Amino acid sequence: MLLTITTEHQPATDLGFLLHKHPARFQTYSLSFGKAHIFYPQATAERCQACLLLDVDPVGTVRGKGQSEGLLAQYVNDRPYAASSFLSVAISQVLRSALQGQCKDRPELADTVLPLEARIDVLPVRGGETFLHAVFEPLGYEVEATRQPLDDQFPDWGESSYFSVTIRKRTTVSELLTHLYVLVPVFDNAKHYYVGDEELEKLLSYGKGWLSGHPEREEITRRYLKFQPSLFREALARLVQEEQPEELEPDNEPIADQAEEVLEKPISLHEQRIGTVLATLKATGAKRVLDLGCGEGKLLRELLKHRQFEEILGMDVSIRTLEIARDRLKLDRLPERQAARLQLIHGSLIYRDQRLEGYDAAAVVEVIEHLDPPRLEAFERVLFEFARPGTIVLTTPNREYNVTWENVGPQKFRHGDHRFEWTRLEFQTWAQAVAARHRYTVKCVPLGPENASLGAPSQMGIFSRA
Amino acid sequence: MPLKIPNLSLVVLIGPSGAGKSTFARKHFKSTEILSSDRCRGMVSDDENDQTVTSDAFEVLRFVAGKRLALGRLTVIDATNVQPEARKPLVALAKQFDCLPVAIVLNLPERICQAHNSDRADRDFGPHVIRNHISQLRRSLRGLKREGFRHVFVLDSLEQIETTAIERVPLWNDRRDEHGPFDIIGDLHGCCDELEELLTKLGYVATAGEPGDLSLAGGPCYAHPAKRKAVFVGDLVDRGPRVLDTLRLVRNMVATGAGICVPGNHDEKLLRKLLGKEVQIKHGLAQTLAEIDALPAEIREPFCRELAEFLDSLVSHYLLDNGKLVVAHAGMKQEFQGRGSSRVRSFALYGETTGETDEFGLQVRFNWACEYRGPAMVVYGHTPVPEPDWLNRTVNIDTGCVFGGRLTALRYPENEFVSVPAARTYCEPSRPFLPAESGPAALSAQQQHDSMLNADDVLGKRIIPTRLRGNVTIREENATAALEVMSRFAADPRWLIYLPPTMSPCETSQAPGLLEHPAQAFAYYRNEGVPQVVCEEKHMGSRAVVVVCQDEQAARNRFGVTTGETGIIVTRTGRRFFNDPDLEQRFLARLRAAISQADLWAQFNTTWACLDCELMPWSAKAQDLLRTQYAAVGAAGTASLPRAVQALAAASTNLKGDELAKLAAIEARFQLKSQDLTRFVAAYRQYCWPVESLNDFKLAPFHWLATEGRVHTDQNHLWHMETLAKVCQADPELLRATRYQVVDLNDPASLELGINDWTALTARGGEGMVVKPLNFIHKGRKGLSQPAVKCRGREYLRIIYGPDYTTDENLVRLRARGLGRKRALAISEFALGIEGLERFVRREPLRRVHECVFGVLALESEPVDPRL
Repeated sequence: MLLTITTEHQPATDLGFLLHKHPARFQTYSLSFGKAHIFYPQATAERCQACLLLDVDPVGTVRGKGQSEGLLAQYVNDRPYAASSFLSVAISQVLRSALQGQCKDRPELADTVLPLEARIDVLPVRGGETFLHAVFEPLGYEVEATRQPLDDQFPDWGESSYFSVTIRKRTTVSELLTHLYVLVPVFDNAKHYYVGDEELEKLLSYGKGWLSGHPEREEITRRYLKFQPSLFREALARLVQEEQPEELEPDNEPIADQAEEVLEKPISLHEQRIGTVLATLKATGAKRVLDLGCGEGKLLRELLKHRQFEEILGMDVSIRTLEIARDRLKLDRLPERQAARLQLIHGSLIYRDQRLEGYDAAAVVEVIEHLDPPRLEAFERVLFEFARPGTIVLTTPNREYNVTWENVGPQKFRHGDHRFEWTRLEFQTWAQAVAARHRYTVKCVPLGPENASLGAPSQMGIFSRA
Repeated sequence: MPLKIPNLSLVVLIGPSGAGKSTFARKHFKSTEILSSDRCRGMVSDDENDQTVTSDAFEVLRFVAGKRLALGRLTVIDATNVQPEARKPLVALAKQFDCLPVAIVLNLPERICQAHNSDRADRDFGPHVIRNHISQLRRSLRGLKREGFRHVFVLDSLEQIETTAIERVPLWNDRRDEHGPFDIIGDLHGCCDELEELLTKLGYVATAGEPGDLSLAGGPCYAHPAKRKAVFVGDLVDRGPRVLDTLRLVRNMVATGAGICVPGNHDEKLLRKLLGKEVQIKHGLAQTLAEIDALPAEIREPFCRELAEFLDSLVSHYLLDNGKLVVAHAGMKQEFQGRGSSRVRSFALYGETTGETDEFGLQVRFNWACEYRGPAMVVYGHTPVPEPDWLNRTVNIDTGCVFGGRLTALRYPENEFVSVPAARTYCEPSRPFLPAESGPAALSAQQQHDSMLNADDVLGKRIIPTRLRGNVTIREENATAALEVMSRFAADPRWLIYLPPTMSPCETSQAPGLLEHPAQAFAYYRNEGVPQVVCEEKHMGSRAVVVVCQDEQAARNRFGVTTGETGIIVTRTGRRFFNDPDLEQRFLARLRAAISQADLWAQFNTTWACLDCELMPWSAKAQDLLRTQYAAVGAAGTASLPRAVQALAAASTNLKGDELAKLAAIEARFQLKSQDLTRFVAAYRQYCWPVESLNDFKLAPFHWLATEGRVHTDQNHLWHMETLAKVCQADPELLRATRYQVVDLNDPASLELGINDWTALTARGGEGMVVKPLNFIHKGRKGLSQPAVKCRGREYLRIIYGPDYTTDENLVRLRARGLGRKRALAISEFALGIEGLERFVRREPLRRVHECVFGVLALESEPVDPRL
């Protein structure tokens, strides 16, 4: 990883004073992840160029020192070559006084605005070139970026997320370094250390004076704090309080993932789904209910609020998700009587499970589309033949509706893990066959706002045991 | 005279305080067999005499007793038990576990008990206590049998208590010391012609009886020259044409020890009739009675008496051959095997019914065999079926001879069926049991059953016994992880008969610039006592397990798969390789054709095969990994390192002396980094090529693992290589034969050739090689050896350990790597994988195969250095 800072300020060699590094020397510093070298490829009165070269130790960062664990998990890693939080650490340690705007020998230089250019080889940018411009340009930088191909021998693999980036601005060295310090990990969207409260203080202190007015402040904050929602909210609150800027715009387009939830968010379909399923379950008079594939417990939370449901069993196949559900529902802090109504178990819907037998009703919300079609037969028997609850409320996406979403379209699924998505007819055909095989009756209804020709985004089958 | 008590009983000691119950118990029983109420009081309260905790103490006592009885352990209750209300729950407990309750009463005079207690400091309760005990006991004595005790022994004097011995006797149904071999014969119903024909076919020889002897002992007696024994599953009588001949024949075989017989419900009903009970003359009893009535009057009465004695002597079910075989008329669930109670007897005779009736008005039977998980094979009859059909190690061999079906015998331990057709239909069944002639064969009962696996069979901590390595333990958290992977990603378990084991690298080489070298692999196997190894070229693709069937019919018959698929290709975690089912089936069709061309279906007399393979290119399956990690690192390095080298070169013109020297060292270092990165990119590119059609894939099979009836682990790797070479020759475009050579570990020249081969291979960009003992399975001094170790090339390892792992400063650190965990896993997974295949070829229920496959997946979730 190479950071090159160039100036044509006269005399250009003032850069040496500003950085506190003598142009006639080759200096090496030891850091936790390897070494940093500082040297000058060019140091004349007309033009001065300083390089900060990171020499990341790939083995040490994985293996750690002594008994401690390493900073990274993989030997095959871009960290030695890409600008990351390692660079921020190097800036703050090797160029500390320059970053803080101190210049011992020539104090007046520190506040002098110079023509500066910084080049990074290479900067990983999640979010693409647009994001690069969106972040630097409001700060007054001129941006020049070249994107690297992943592998020129395999052009169909596409572009990499690495850019050789040059930014130019008339500014102080301190400001340039501050921007790099905060923004490099934001582009990279990763950090090699645990992000905690301290990180929030750092962001607020280094972001002083420029971050709160930045149009991308939300995304910058979110990424800098590694998507820790609580820290993120606190940071925004404090940014706002600090400078009282203009209204925060709430509808920032999410850039990174297009998760199902985000995608469907404008109509908050999932909440509608939960509401409808809940109402359906209530109407059956069921007392003992199953939430199969309970996920993080959104439906469970609603079920708990209704005393009608005396016994609630949530099951999920992912042990991690169950842990999240346990946390979100604050299961260990619920009063005993409340907690006694709810049980969370780890289990699978393709193995017969006696724990599921004898319930009044079951909700299976957006689950079946995560099963490989050949496994549906097993699912069907587990639920309809063996568990055999009185009522089964089952929902799944309506594929026809996908065309209304620009980034899904008719050919793609809503979620990377969906193995299939059914049209209304496909769902009804399946539901009726299943009902007939297992002596249930079924009613299929649309779920969510209906489009005249495409139906609703989701569909629900209500099965009643005959 | 010793007291005879059954092996499996609940012995209840009864006697007042001070009667010497604990002493008696200690003398005759193991300390672990004795549950004392005093001890339980002590356990819950620290005071054996604290009467306030009595109910808690008895709860503990009954809980432990229940656990013991469930496990079939004789248990002795040491408490006063003088009150009926104290004994009642104990009798109920014995009943619950179908054990016999036995009462041993220590009936001593009051003064002796008082004297005993006065010697003990901890029993300072008043004399009235013992007086009460004794009067309660006296009142109880006569009613003990009525309370449900099967045996009641009363010891009235100190001397009697002192001299009495106790003998444990096996239950009537316990004939575990009989090892057969057996011929187990289905329901007879008076079909003596067919019985005689079947016995002859099975090799039994008849000795003719006295001519004209019509007594029960009359008629011929059959015996097998090789001392095989016939075992009759009951229902000898009713419906058929020669009921009395059948009874004579069976009775004679039982009497001479050539046969064993359990009663059926028809035999039981006949017995009740003979004993003068009121029974309905239905379901063919009339035929039996008619035959009896036809007997000459003078022998009829003794005949009936003997017949009643014979039928009464029949025991509900038998445990045979060390308990590995259970025979009962209507089957026997695991909890009841070897136990004695009216409930057990009733299950043996009638089975269990659900309380519903079917459309023919017959009671719907509870399908106990579906739930059966026991290790013993259960052979039974009772309900006619068109074909004997295995389900969870149980088999019904009543093929409805009297209804015009066949009379069937199961040869044990060969597990072969031998049958003779009925000469005619003697009786119309009330429910048709023979299938209509047309339509495709239905799935077997086992296959239908296997379409559903139970969570209980995979979850929690599991211990899986394997042929190769004894018990393999699966920890609960690993099973949890495997359940998720299995449920979310794996293919239909019916196809998953095998998952491959992980493979350890060889020990770390100390040679300059290297991490792995064949010398260490050779040394490992030499230490294990292996004379020769096979070195196979390691293909860099993705591990693939292929199951390929000859046709759709074979997939249906052998795997129970009815989707029309004819095989599957899965990854090492059981996930389907191809998302496109059409591509997968075309791929399989090519492989199938190659196997046909090599004529292996016929050679192995099989309709399916399971192969262990490598599927290339790597980029086909690892696309994401390549893009997000390998190519990404290459792209970042390619863009940054040359810039760094350039900048360093430019700076050298500005520096002098020491400063220049410092720079020069770093410049050289970055030049090397830059070269290493280029080598890294070249290394991964070797294993990538675009896939546009089927022919762009390459499949390199290296184990011809299993075919019908056989797991080919008894063949060495040369045989596997040669067998597969024939297949590969048939379709060289798609199939790639693996290059291999044999290295003699005791011949230096051969070792050198092996090393040279590796050097040449890896210099060409090959991944490396896999070294295996010549025999598929090798046991060294410390047990099973590694089935294979890999020895990867210097360039290839850049993909694993990073582009510049080859520098000395890096190698020195990387050499510290522990192989122990990886190797232990490799062996356990290998043993499980082979176990799964062995179970599959033996046609065990799917859950037994799945348990092994699931186990491999669970072990794979163990944290272990992924670079090994």
